[in-house]
Order: sequence, then structure tokens, then C-alpha cells
Amino acid sequence: MSVLAIISTKNGAATKAGLEAASYASAWARSTGDEAVAIIAGPLSNLDALGATGVGRILHYAEEVTDSGQWAKLATAATEFVGSNAVVASHDPFGRAVAPRVAVRLEAGLVAGVTELPKNGAVRKNVFSGKAMADVEVSTEKSVYTITPNAFGISSDGEGASTESFSAELGAAKEVIQGFEAASADGQVPLPEADLVVSAGRGLKGPENWGIVEDLAQSLGATTACSRPVSDIGWRPHHEHVGQTGITIRPNLYIAAGISGAIQHLAGVNQSKVIVVINTDPEAPFFKAADYGIVGDAFEVLPKLTAAIKALNS
Amino acid sequence: MKLLVCISQAPDTTSRIAFTNGNTEFDSSGVQYIVNPYDEWYALVRAIELKEKHGGTVTTLTVGEAGCDPVIRKALAIGADDAIRVDVKPTDAMQVARLIADQARSGGYDIILCGKETIDHNGAVVPAMVAEMLDCGFVSNATHLDVAGSQATLKREAAGGEEVVGIECPFVLSAAKGMAEQRIPNMRGIMSARTKPLAVESAESTSATAISQFTLPPEKGACKMVDADRPEELIRLLREEAKAI
Ligand SMILES: Cc1cc2nc3c(=O)[nH]c(=O)nc-3n(C[C@H](O)[C@H](O)[C@H](O)COP(=O)(O)OP(=O)(O)OC[C@H]3O[C@@H](n4cnc5c(N)ncnc54)[C@H](O)[C@@H]3O)c2cc1C
Ligand SMILES: Nc1ncnc2c1ncn2[C@@H]1O[C@H](COP(=O)(O)O)[C@@H](O)[C@H]1O
Repeated sequence: MSVLAIISTKNGAATKAGLEAASYASAWARSTGDEAVAIIAGPLSNLDALGATGVGRILHYAEEVTDSGQWAKLATAATEFVGSNAVVASHDPFGRAVAPRVAVRLEAGLVAGVTELPKNGAVRKNVFSGKAMADVEVSTEKSVYTITPNAFGISSDGEGASTESFSAELGAAKEVIQGFEAASADGQVPLPEADLVVSAGRGLKGPENWGIVEDLAQSLGATTACSRPVSDIGWRPHHEHVGQTGITIRPNLYIAAGISGAIQHLAGVNQSKVIVVINTDPEAPFFKAADYGIVGDAFEVLPKLTAAIKALNS
Repeated sequence: MKLLVCISQAPDTTSRIAFTNGNTEFDSSGVQYIVNPYDEWYALVRAIELKEKHGGTVTTLTVGEAGCDPVIRKALAIGADDAIRVDVKPTDAMQVARLIADQARSGGYDIILCGKETIDHNGAVVPAMVAEMLDCGFVSNATHLDVAGSQATLKREAAGGEEVVGIECPFVLSAAKGMAEQRIPNMRGIMSARTKPLAVESAESTSATAISQFTLPPEKGACKMVDADRPEELIRLLREEAKAI
């Protein structure tokens, strides 16, 4: 049984989430002694990273596809073409729009946000905002999985894939993209993709104090985030809000300064690999969820951390 | 304009997460249920704002058993006109989507508004399934929605910013932060919600997936404290011990 990976692109190459989906598909196909196939669309400049994930074939549809219904038709046609019973996509806005449609077309059970390879007929995903995990069994012949970003690494030991052009009847687009508004002009990695995140909360007292947060983020090459009240009162833009009602992130490192660690905040960040908490209050609940903690004033600690990193880098 | 808002119930965000029946079922004893925040704060409130501006009706639709009625009444108190509950226990995204699509098909709605995900199952897939079943367009993680006649303009979250998307009604959206601000129901809303229509429909359904077991994550080890005057020690630990930077 081959596994089909649905890959989104950015600037003519596979996205990070797409490479993770391809790596997952490759590892899964390998464990069943079969092949992983990627389907990708639009003008391409570089497919090296995608080939290196271990997929054996890349099906390429020449035109750019931005409509989720058209993408689903393309992916379904590819599934039928390679005779695959399993489809893998990223659990990001792209995959969440396309994969469910593919599942409907294939009459396949879908498991969203998986974090591990299938084992004993079940696949693991996070539930209750990371407060528990569930093993899910699919009872249909075909199955569709979306892969949680940053849960499954990108493999790069593949031998390179053969690329063949692929075409299918996609019908008319219903969703028309009319423009793009960039969130961060300063070249930060977008929050959902960031490996390193520096975040601050109401403890920073006012928007004019965010310089020390940005300095630390810059010295680390990290992306900035914030707690909900901070974005609600307009100290920081909405797209920085992480937590239950904001963005869920899963970086390698999350540094939180002046954030109390309310359960709704933790829901968006508790899957970070390493959590550092800086808070004046030794009783702040966030310390219970942290790996490293500093009891101290963010106004003193953050500049010192920035200086220590700069000293190390120079 | 006829608007349909898909409302699910979710355990209050502060609930203790525990399981029963050999870790196969969520332990709901003592759990307070709320309207799934994305459905309430963003999808429902924006639908009510559109109705206030353009006229029309807001209907809520819930797939769930009678225990959902209090959260449905809450949605009515915030300002929905009427509600439908499909009396089936939700166990799988495809099952829920099919029941929603069946109801939506006969209702002739212009826009079907969902939340971006349920905070218990974190699937974020029901809305796109509904769109496919109804053969209509879909905008995920929408942060903004304006309607002029049968044409809508939305913004949606995309890598590094927001995309502006144009789409014809009917279509399905999933709502994220930015779409609207939370509304607290007032006394009049709460009183009138008691008598607003709540239709209960029965339906057959099957599930394509089943949860075989829940597991709680391993306990976090103790937090290692670093002296506030020795930040370089933290940097060393992050590099050498945690290998995070
Ligand atoms: C349904 C629901 C959904 C929610 N969703 C979210 C969500 O998505 N994201 C989210 O963040 N919140 C969310 N909340 C709100 C959440 O409950 C908390 O109110 C919020 O996270 C608190 O933000 P905070 O930690 O910045 O502020 P506070 O709770 O006010 O904490 C400030 C912290 O800063 C510390 N401090 C003060 N001065 C300093 C200093 N000089 N140096 C260092 N530390 C200092 C204090 O000790 C304190 O711990 C939600 C709430 C509800 C009810
Ligand atoms: N049982 C349900 N009844 C009504 N709407 C639902 C139900 N489950 C999910 N939805 C809708 O679909 C959205 C996404 O759900 P999910 O795919 O389960 O994360 C929710 O925010 C709701 O708007």
C-alpha cells in the first residue's frame, strides 16, 4: 500500500509542514515495505528537500492551485492514480482545508493532528489542547491523517525522487485570493513555524516596554508572542496571541516573561519541547509547567539574557 | 440572509482532564460544559452582527445529546433566533459533518459558520468536510468577514500574514480570533432564550474512527531554578543540557 503526501509550497519549494508530512509518509510507507508518493502543484524552483525526505515519486501539477476544493480533486485523482489507500497532509491551515475534503471524496476515516506513526492499528493524536493523548483506530479501508507541525521531524536521508507531470480535471475555483497582508514586516519566522519563541504578558506593564522582549528574540533569532490580555488591550498585534483562543505552538524553546501561566495560556504552549519561565512571583502557576525558571524581574533578567547570548555569539 | 452557526459543547477550559472505563472514555463527572469558544466568540457573534446589519436569521446547529441543551440556550441568549439539535452522540468528524450537511442542505443557508476547532478533540476538520459534502467553497481560520449581496470578502490566517479571499454564497467558514469580540448575554437575552424554538431531530449515523485509548502525558519533571543574577547559567543549560538553542 503506497502512501500519498499532499504538499503545499512557498516560493517554489515544499513548506516545512509539507516536508514533515512527506517524512511521515515515507517512514510509514517504509514500515509497510512500500513507497511514498508526493503530490505538489504550481511553478517549482527546488525539490531537493522534498526528494530527500524519502518519497520515491513526485507527481507535479503545473498550475498553481489555491482553491481547497480543486486541491482535493487533484489529491484524490493522484490517490487513484497511484492506487494508494493512505493520504497524509500537514495539520496547518492548508492541510486542514484540503485533507477533510479528500477524506469525504475517498469515504475514508480521518485522524487530525497525529503526532506519531501508526502502531498496532491505531494512531496517536493530542486531545484536550495537549492535556491528553488519544489512540484512534480507523475502520474504513482508506485513511487520511493530518500531521501536527513540529511533532515529527524532517528526514533528509532519502535518495531523491523521480518527478513526473500529473494532470487532472479540477473544475472551477470558488475561493478567489484577492490579496495578502503581511503580518510581520521584520522578517520573523511566522509563529506557527517558529522553533524559538520569546513571549511576554501583562507583567511587562505596557507596550513601550516590549523593546527588551524584541531584543532577546532578535539575539536568539526567535519569534515574539504574547498572552491574550496583552493583545486584547492592543499592546501587541492579534497574531501574536498564543493559547486556547489564539495560536497553538510547538516550538523547541518557549521563553515566557511576565506571564502567570493560566490554563488557557498553557493550552497553546504546553507542547513546547523546553519551557523557560521568568516571573517575579515564585508561586506563579507557570513554574509547574516549566523546565527552567528564574524568579526575577523581567526588566532586569531579559536584558541580561540578551547580553549573555550576544557575548556567546561574538 | 440565512445564517447557520455550528455550535459544539466543550468542557470548560479549566476542567480536570481524566478518563474512565479503562481509559476509553472522558470522565465528565463534575465537568462544566461551555459553548466551544471559537464557535461562540467568533462564529456566533459575527453571525449576529451580520444579521443586525443586513437583516435575516441566525440558526444554530448542534450534533449532540440532550446534555447540550444548556449551551444551546446560551447561544440563543447571545442572540441566535432558533436552534436545531441532532440527537446523536458525536464520535467522529465524518459522522458529525454528514449530520450537519444533511441539515444544512434542506435549510438553504447563505453562510455556514463554524469555529476553527473544538477544544476537546482539536480536530479542525468538520467545517471543510461539510463544505465538500455540500460542494461549496470553504475559508479556514477566517479572521474577518464582510458580505455585500451574495458576494463575501474574508481574511484568513496564512503563513506570515493574512490572505484576502472573495467567495460567492453559499459557502462554509471556520472562524478564528479577530472575527468578532466576545458578547456577554444580557438579562433580556437570557429570558427570551427560554422560549426560542429548539428543534430536536433524530438521525442514523456511523463512525469511521474510534478512540481505543486515552493516555495522560508523563508528569513534567521539577522545574530547574536558575539564579536571577546568573543568566549565563540559563544559557549554558539551554545549550548543553536541553539542547534547545
Ligand atoms: C475561555 C478563555 C480563553 C482564554 N484564552 C486565552 C489564551 O488563548 N491565551 C492567553 O494567554 N490567555 C487566555 N485566557 C486568559 C487567561 O485565563 C489569563 O487571564 C491570561 O493568560 C493572563 O495573562 P498574563 O499572564 O499576561 O497576565 P497576568 O495573569 O496578569 O500575569 C502577569 C504575570 O506577570 C508577573 N509579573 C509582574 N511583574 C513582573 C515583572 N516585572 N517581571 C516578571 N514577571 C512579572 C506576575 O507575577 C504575573 O504572574 C483565556 C481565558 C478564558 C476564560
Ligand atoms: N457536534 C457538533 N455539533 C455542531 N457543530 C460541531 C460539532 N462538532 C464540531 N462542530 C463544528 O465544527 C468546528 C470544528 O470542529 P472539529 O473539526 O471537531 O475541531 C467546531 O468549531 C464547530 O463549529
